[in-house]
Amino acid sequence: MTTVVVAASGADKVYANGTQALVPVDLVVESGEFVTLLGPSGCGKTTLLNLIAGLVAPTHGSLSWWGGDYAATGGPGRRVGFVFQSPTLMPWARVLANVRLPLDLAGTDKANASAEAAAALRLVGLADFSRHLPRELSGGMQMRASIARALVTRPDLLLMDEPFGALDEFTRQRLDAELAALWLSRRLTVVFVTHSIYEAVFLSTRIIVMSPRPGRIVADVAIDEPFPRGDDFRVSTTFARHCQQLSALIADPDVPAAVA
Amino acid sequence: MNEREPPSRLLRFAAPALVAILLLAAWQGLVVAYDVPAYIVPSPRRVFETLVTDRALLATSLVVTLQIALTALALATVVGTVIALLFVQSRWIEMSFFPYAVLLQVTPIVAIAPLIIIWVKDTRIALVLCATVVAIFPIISNTTLGLRSADHGLVNLFRLCRASRWQVLARLRIPGALPYFFGGLRIASGLALIGAVVAEFVAGTGGQGAGLAYQILLAGMQLNIPRLFAALFLIAAAGVALYAATLWMSHVMLSRWHESEAAAPD
Repeated sequence: MTTVVVAASGADKVYANGTQALVPVDLVVESGEFVTLLGPSGCGKTTLLNLIAGLVAPTHGSLSWWGGDYAATGGPGRRVGFVFQSPTLMPWARVLANVRLPLDLAGTDKANASAEAAAALRLVGLADFSRHLPRELSGGMQMRASIARALVTRPDLLLMDEPFGALDEFTRQRLDAELAALWLSRRLTVVFVTHSIYEAVFLSTRIIVMSPRPGRIVADVAIDEPFPRGDDFRVSTTFARHCQQLSALIADPDVPAAVA
Repeated sequence: MNEREPPSRLLRFAAPALVAILLLAAWQGLVVAYDVPAYIVPSPRRVFETLVTDRALLATSLVVTLQIALTALALATVVGTVIALLFVQSRWIEMSFFPYAVLLQVTPIVAIAPLIIIWVKDTRIALVLCATVVAIFPIISNTTLGLRSADHGLVNLFRLCRASRWQVLARLRIPGALPYFFGGLRIASGLALIGAVVAEFVAGTGGQGAGLAYQILLAGMQLNIPRLFAALFLIAAAGVALYAATLWMSHVMLSRWHESEAAAPD
């Protein structure tokens, strides 16, 4: 049975200088989904993700998480794990301390927090690196540590803002595959932002196609292909067909009937 | 790790040492060759001899000047850090008070020193205050900059984690500001000494509490130029020592930090 994890109704964002970063959107994400926000720069995908995280308040409209009103607390807070575009690790703290941070901030006692952090590091394959400093890790490993930190609180919703954008193609594909496996085994709900059509098709159960000037949702495409998806999926004709359809949508968003 | 072979440790000391020896030799040679009187330019040898013969007097003065500079540096560090912490609490506080910090910085200490010396009865305290005024600005500006420079993503993460203001400060802003702080401290160490010397010049304190600046002043009036050079040498050496001490402190602090397991002291 699925439940509504996050629902946006008529939520938009107008910045103080009058720029409409996002026109009012309606979006419902249900538990177990892997939803990807796909579009070129300036299409408002990061803004929408920040709205979903509760980091930014909508100018109009509203958001609700798990059907409840979190307005008083300014967002869902600790039930959400967030992975940023860059690893954003504290350079002065060891990997274990970095991963443990969300628990430390929540006041979890140190022994428990360390055990949870070690478990999260095992999950992303960094068990042997807990005593390293961030600068001693490669870019891909730093990103894994960042994912471990997002998972350490066992969040109900994982938000990822172009997490692998800065990595080389090989590392990115490997981390995509690992993320897909993690999502499947942990039954996570993920909202993922990317500008890579291939990455979006490979990972998602559903793709929200967005378009810039003004930032808006132009299509909601389901990718109903079975999991687990292996490397053979990447070269299959269905994969190519999805990519082609999405390319056409992004190139000319006004041709298909726009959502709403 | 090193793409290019760094100069060996020996060479790094040997090269400047060689320059010093050459310069001193040339100095000594020229003074002897042209028979320059000691009251115009003393030979290095003469300066060294003065250092030895006047050691009791000069050492006492060195201690006085160093005490003033070190006390001022400590005071500037504490007060400067507190001011920086206040500044980052709100843009309003910073906006209202930062211009006065700048004002303090750009007003020449020789112009303020006579006032401070008149207002403060105890000369030693007056001298410390003068040197503090000179040394405090780099601490305030660097520490403020460091506290403000926390990684934007990490700030967002702390917000998502519902971190309190205190947690953000203790676990994110303060550790992140330490490299900036030590940069400020390095500049302040030199300024504290300059401030101490300038203030002494203005105060012209003699007797028991005479510092190196007073010895220079006195030696100049008595045309005791070798002693003037000796005092000058000691001030320069004290400055280098202070600078080296802050470098070492920064190295020790920052690497211990990297070694430490926790993100912040618990």
